[in-house]
Amino acid sequence: MSLIRYQTPNSMMVPSLDRWASLRNDLDTLLELPFWAGSGRQTQLFSGWTPALDLFQNNDNIVAVVELPGMRKEDIEISLQDGTLIISGERKEEPSQENGATRTERCTGKFRRSITLPTRVDANKVSATYKDGILTVTLPKAEEAKPKQIQINLS
Amino acid sequence: MNTLVRENRSSNGERQATEQFIAPVATVLENADGYTLEVEMPGVSKENLEMWVENNELTIQGRRAMPSVEGTLVHRESRPENFRRSFELDPSIDAAKISAKIDQGVVTLTLPKAEQVKPRKIAVA
Repeated sequence: MSLIRYQTPNSMMVPSLDRWASLRNDLDTLLELPFWAGSGRQTQLFSGWTPALDLFQNNDNIVAVVELPGMRKEDIEISLQDGTLIISGERKEEPSQENGATRTERCTGKFRRSITLPTRVDANKVSATYKDGILTVTLPKAEEAKPKQIQINLS
Repeated sequence: MNTLVRENRSSNGERQATEQFIAPVATVLENADGYTLEVEMPGVSKENLEMWVENNELTIQGRRAMPSVEGTLVHRESRPENFRRSFELDPSIDAAKISAKIDQGVVTLTLPKAEQVKPRKIAVA
């Protein structure tokens, strides 16, 4: 006795539906896969939060402004890697004792934002301030990335 | 007794007609002594924060003073609107004793329950 793959009665009776069956298999495969598979964003999607980030640029600096309400300074980490600014950290849950939360909207846990900077920056001169829950990171542009005025003498 | 913080979206008053606000994210904690309300208002300093109780409704409004950065905006995710949100107060709350502080963009309000509604032990005579 050999094992024969089970086929749904439908597609056996109506041969023209076979291709729909295979399409359905494809769809099933697609839906069974977690949609973040392979992209490595799992932690970001499900155990963290995503603070809003604005990026500005002027002649001398690139400035990132991030909304990080209620953090402690020491829990914020800023790093620079191959022209990508990475801001990460963790907001720890308050030890709430016997407090019962009747409504929780605030996110706790880890966050990580990374943004590719439009120009090269001088990594040694990066500075940051944290005030009123807003983190401002100032990244001075590398000399070669600054716009230069070129004088052309018309004769 | 979880009615404290039934949110009031409908009665926002006529001031809203002229200005758009966004509702800040809030967390409510309850214990025997009262409630704690944490409201996230990044970019709001102590000076730009207003709170009032009217008709048993607590309103928190914060105006944002974002750091002014010279230059052009390359990428934007933040919202420019100011914050405003109203909460209906549970009758057990003693509105005269509400206190608040703001630290790094998070407003923490302490809303104590009135003495007569606090749980208490009754000694057997």
